[in-house]
Amino acid sequence: MTTGDFVYDSLRRIVGQDFVSNAPEDLYIYSHDLGAQPPRKVDYVAMPRTVEQVQEIVRLANEARVPITPMGGGLTLSALALPVKGGIILDMKRMDRIIEVNGSSKYAVVEAGVTQGALKSYLEKHHPELQHSTPESPPAATVVGNVLIHGHGHLTPAHGTNSRMINGLEVVLPTGEVCRIGSCAVSPYWFTRECLPDLVGLFVGWYGITGIITKASIQLFPKPKLRDLVLFSTDDPGLLSDVVFDLFQMEIAENFFAITQDKPAWMYGHTYITVTIAGQSRDEFECKKTQLLSMFNGRLDLIDPIPASLRERYLEVPPFAATQADFAKGGGFEYYGCIVPVEKVPEAWNRGLGIARKHDVVFSYGLQALDAGHSVMCGPVYSFNRADERDIEKVRHALEESSRLALDLGGLIWKAGLPGQALMMERMDRNTLALMRKVRKVLDPNGIMNPGNWGD
Amino acid sequence: MELKEYADVVHRCFRCGYCKFTYDFSYRGFNCPLYSTRRLESCSPGGLMWLIRASLMEREIAWSDRLTDILYSCTMCRNCVQQCRFSFNHKLVGIFEAARERVIEAGSVPPKVNHFLTAIHGYGNPYKLLRQDRGSWAEGTGIRLYREGDDFLYYVGCVGSYDSTGQRAARALGEVLLKSGLAFGILGSQETCDGNEVNTLGEKGLFEVLKQQNVQTFQNMHVAKIVTLSPHSYNALLNHYPGGFEVFHYTQLLRDLIKGGQLHPSRPFPERVTYHDPCFLARYNQEYEAPREVIRSIPGIELVEMDRNRENAFCCGGGSANFYTDVLGGGRDRPSVARVHEAYSTGATVLAVSCPICLTMLEDAVKTAGLEGQLRVKDVSEIVRESL
Repeated sequence: MTTGDFVYDSLRRIVGQDFVSNAPEDLYIYSHDLGAQPPRKVDYVAMPRTVEQVQEIVRLANEARVPITPMGGGLTLSALALPVKGGIILDMKRMDRIIEVNGSSKYAVVEAGVTQGALKSYLEKHHPELQHSTPESPPAATVVGNVLIHGHGHLTPAHGTNSRMINGLEVVLPTGEVCRIGSCAVSPYWFTRECLPDLVGLFVGWYGITGIITKASIQLFPKPKLRDLVLFSTDDPGLLSDVVFDLFQMEIAENFFAITQDKPAWMYGHTYITVTIAGQSRDEFECKKTQLLSMFNGRLDLIDPIPASLRERYLEVPPFAATQADFAKGGGFEYYGCIVPVEKVPEAWNRGLGIARKHDVVFSYGLQALDAGHSVMCGPVYSFNRADERDIEKVRHALEESSRLALDLGGLIWKAGLPGQALMMERMDRNTLALMRKVRKVLDPNGIMNPGNWGD
Repeated sequence: MELKEYADVVHRCFRCGYCKFTYDFSYRGFNCPLYSTRRLESCSPGGLMWLIRASLMEREIAWSDRLTDILYSCTMCRNCVQQCRFSFNHKLVGIFEAARERVIEAGSVPPKVNHFLTAIHGYGNPYKLLRQDRGSWAEGTGIRLYREGDDFLYYVGCVGSYDSTGQRAARALGEVLLKSGLAFGILGSQETCDGNEVNTLGEKGLFEVLKQQNVQTFQNMHVAKIVTLSPHSYNALLNHYPGGFEVFHYTQLLRDLIKGGQLHPSRPFPERVTYHDPCFLARYNQEYEAPREVIRSIPGIELVEMDRNRENAFCCGGGSANFYTDVLGGGRDRPSVARVHEAYSTGATVLAVSCPICLTMLEDAVKTAGLEGQLRVKDVSEIVRESL
């Protein structure tokens, strides 16, 4: 590691020699995303342990005019934790304390580096009656990173996106001050974001350009004693909008997915629909199941018994979704989860499959209902061979076309990387775009925070 | 296997990070000693896979001292093999070993690793101590040299033979075996390093030499059964030596002797004890129960488990020669210190081990952690001896 470099030497002083690097070998890993996006230049990686260290690094970055990109698990697949203009990656994973779990008001306050796995494990041991909405990403993903990108979890269909479960935040602003957002700004309790101007939105979906989140309070939910899967199939994806609508007319589903694949051959042309049912008692559970079966009797084909692999895939929390990285025996996959209006699902489904097939890449296609059926995330998961640049390029083209389709249908691109951001900004209301720029300029006068995202 | 034989696998690592955790999907903390110490993404099994591909296979980046440092900081504990959920998981440690082999061929190993290998090549042990002193630890114990026709050869290994803490365990086991009435002996100066660490460091040539020396000795003495003090020796002899003899880890033998009535642990050992699974006995060879059965057979003991146990046990950080080279480092954040804190949190007063390397690592860690007088580290053989 090179010394004699002002920024490096300063970072070393702030976080300690073991937790900063400008070595090409370490930077190689931090400059490569797990998805299909090309690598980008990184100059330093630093791992702060305290809020004060984050503040010092922010002040350093302002002084040296060097960009900062905060990073959680680095598992977005759309390269959101890769700097656009070089500089420092702030790997937050040493800030890994679970500060508090309030079992009565059902929330957890965690530092920015706490992983999904760590929180799940902690709750199972100390609060087995509670759970948090766990995303499909691997357990190494961070809780804070997930909520800041409008993340989804296994409770999202029933309770809303994980970002809506934020009660409060602690943030180091781009100018170095520490702010608290939500009830924790006026109270020792991090239990709500109601009753005050809702400043949480200043930091969710901005990809770190408005500040560095160091703590978050997230809502917890009752953990059911019983969970099981009901599996249906249909050959008519035109039914999907109605299925989503009808299902969420009653509070039956904990989770809801639909999926199709061209391979293996037995899946071709069939849409599989999984509904997770949960209950605190056998009566509650059976009642929901009876209602569900009655609701779709004659419209969907019930598959019973459910293949063990499917049951495990959709009941495990988190599921092993990363298995798709090996579908092309190549260690890579990427998807753009496009959020579309419920009524557009059949068209998105059929045209999306057409795009996937046209580009001749290994794919699966799925949807998850969001926010009690108020919208749907649907889109392709493209697997690729990391050792084959042509394969990766095909996936990039397929992703771009899939993203354009989502926008054409009136949808949005979830956790959009640079290509997706550009597509959405092309169509964005000009005054909205100007407002975003004003907000950014006010908060970050020197433009050090992850510049290049959402324009400059 | 050579690295090129893994060419169809290395790029398949997605870096999802399951390899950092525990096996049972409970995610009880980071269980990779390298990642839990260093915390940079480059210092994780997935990071290593990507770096090996980028440097040794695709030549995107030049091999460097930094890469060597990361590669040799891995303790080869097999947690990643246990936890990785892809079908190629069983190849992970083999890939790291093959990469090390390439580094050895290029003469680029870290100086501390070089010292370790040079010492073993010259002296048959990493400490550069005299071969003729290898059996000195047994003086005054009544433990004699192996004679043809004995029931067992007691293979002690380098740490039990030369390290003062390791010798404590070696003597304890020897004295327990004496009380069992078994006919056994040691090789003394004729024993040489088993080569387990040499093999994991990628020095295949030296490993072959050590293996041949030991096998020749075993054959010359018509050895039929071997009991090892160290799980590292057990792994080498069981899985990498050509065979022709039966190999037991000593906890397996003690279990059988206790069950067979040849040993009678009867003096109470009234302590709360927690047991640390050594990687080369547990994850490498799936022996989780023999040590626990031995411990449970001792009156007065309350055996409690740490959160991370059996296939989820957290490595002490000493594997793949790190007990000697300490390439991993970590100061107060080192795995052994975390492990003694975990043991202490169970309320245990004794941390039992069945490996002389774990014994030395964890005993040092108790001092670093300031737990002296509150948590004692004892080899299972020492506990059995006290109970006889």
